[in-house]
Amino acid sequence: MENIIIEVKELNTYFDESHILKDVYLDIPRNAVTSLIGPSGCGKSTFLRTLNRMNDVIPTFKKEGTTLLDGKEIYDHDVDVVDLRKRVGMVFQKPNPFPKSIFENVAYGLRVHGNNDKKDLERRVEASLKEAALWDEVKDKLDDSAMGLSGGQQQRLCIARTMAVEPEVILMDEPCSALDPISTTKIEDLIHKLKNEFTIIIVTHNMQQATRVSKYTAFFLHGEIVEKGLTDKIFIEPEDKRTEDYITGRFG
Amino acid sequence: MARNWEEFLVEKVLLLAAISSIIIILLIIGFVIQQGIPAMEQVGPLNFIFGMDWSPSYGLYGVFPMIVGSLGMTALALLFAVPLSIFGAIFLAEVAPKNMRKILKPTIQTLAGIPSVIYGFFGLIVLVPFMRIHFGGSGFSMLTASIILTVMVLPTILSISEDALRSIPLEYKEASLALGATHWQTIKNVIFPAALPGIVTGIILGMGRAIGETMAVIMVAGNTPIIPGSILEPARALTSNIALEMGYALGLHYNALFATGIVLLMMIIVLLVITNYINYKRKVTVGGGYL
Repeated sequence: MENIIIEVKELNTYFDESHILKDVYLDIPRNAVTSLIGPSGCGKSTFLRTLNRMNDVIPTFKKEGTTLLDGKEIYDHDVDVVDLRKRVGMVFQKPNPFPKSIFENVAYGLRVHGNNDKKDLERRVEASLKEAALWDEVKDKLDDSAMGLSGGQQQRLCIARTMAVEPEVILMDEPCSALDPISTTKIEDLIHKLKNEFTIIIVTHNMQQATRVSKYTAFFLHGEIVEKGLTDKIFIEPEDKRTEDYITGRFG
Repeated sequence: MARNWEEFLVEKVLLLAAISSIIIILLIIGFVIQQGIPAMEQVGPLNFIFGMDWSPSYGLYGVFPMIVGSLGMTALALLFAVPLSIFGAIFLAEVAPKNMRKILKPTIQTLAGIPSVIYGFFGLIVLVPFMRIHFGGSGFSMLTASIILTVMVLPTILSISEDALRSIPLEYKEASLALGATHWQTIKNVIFPAALPGIVTGIILGMGRAIGETMAVIMVAGNTPIIPGSILEPARALTSNIALEMGYALGLHYNALFATGIVLLMMIIVLLVITNYINYKRKVTVGGGYL
């Protein structure tokens, strides 16, 4: 058995009365890429947001079941949400840099965690931007507003910003759906580069993308996991008829 | 063809509506200037603006004490109202449960609709005696007027600031929380700075209301045309000067009241230019441009 970082068992989530995730079991292997695929509204994003407790913002959210990060339940009362989100970072569907300078965007996470050492911030911002393959494009305009970057650059900036706080897990919620093909390729290259250092969980509607970037895949349908396992296995010989229908484009 | 006529007509009507409001304002300003100029000429503009004595029966027309009165009351009112309304707005936009907000927001907006004479009356009956008992003197003072003005401008600044805070895209907030920032860090570092242009608009509108307020100020400020030695002494605002004396002013006195109006207009313009300049320096745009 491989090294598992996140262990989800019997997970059920609700918004008000509507039952979103139903008895979800999923193990996420460490330092690998896991894709979550499935039609819109099947609960992929809710699952992702359960893992860094972003759903907590919604008052009607309710969760049952086990969600272990390194063997520790993340919904326990003694868990500090701030620490959890530092360990489990998130990149959103729409690039959402802050209306601040490029430098301040990357430094933000470090600053809110109490790092105000100018030299250290400069070093880490540079390292993160290099890691996100953005440094060469922005090194001469770090003080310019991040809003002036292209969509693809903004998304890489958001990835750099997430990596700056050195998370263990990075959740990506359809990170390329708002981007052109060239920017998408750059993000996918970046994911390949990062997969040995970080555990990445990516929600995607793009089947090719799932096969290109991920080692593991889980197929969600109506809040349940229909099939999960090695990406190659799922895409070449799916066991369930519904999986086959979905990946060959017969529905969804 | 009929479509085109309709388009044409609608555009012209809209243009007319926009132009007419501007023309009316220009006509009023023109009239005030025309009526005020004789007094400015006779007294001398510098003597009028910086003169320390206002005593029409002796032919003395100096409005400097009123300029100090107006600026002092406005500044004090903003000093109280700005922090109160910003914190209130943050509470309403970010902290208050939905139901509480549903009740509080309309209540606060209603406060903005109460006629100023009611505020003045309340000040006269409740606040003036309170100040007399606790701070001594007559109770009519610059401070008393500022407190009433604070209550009057609070709803304006608060509700505009709250709208500005709530209009910040949820994505910014989520991005910040996902990086491990606390709610307060998110408000302080992301939401508040992004909402600043809107908040500044609110403050400017509040300032306009405070400096132009007449009735409530007349009723509680004491209205002596002397520069107050402290904020606990009576003061007169430029607006009050016009309202108090226009009933019986004749000749030069009459023109001098219009000249007071010119000074008031100039002061508002100067204040707007200053805020505009600060916004420009800090690259804060208000509604698509610098205000």
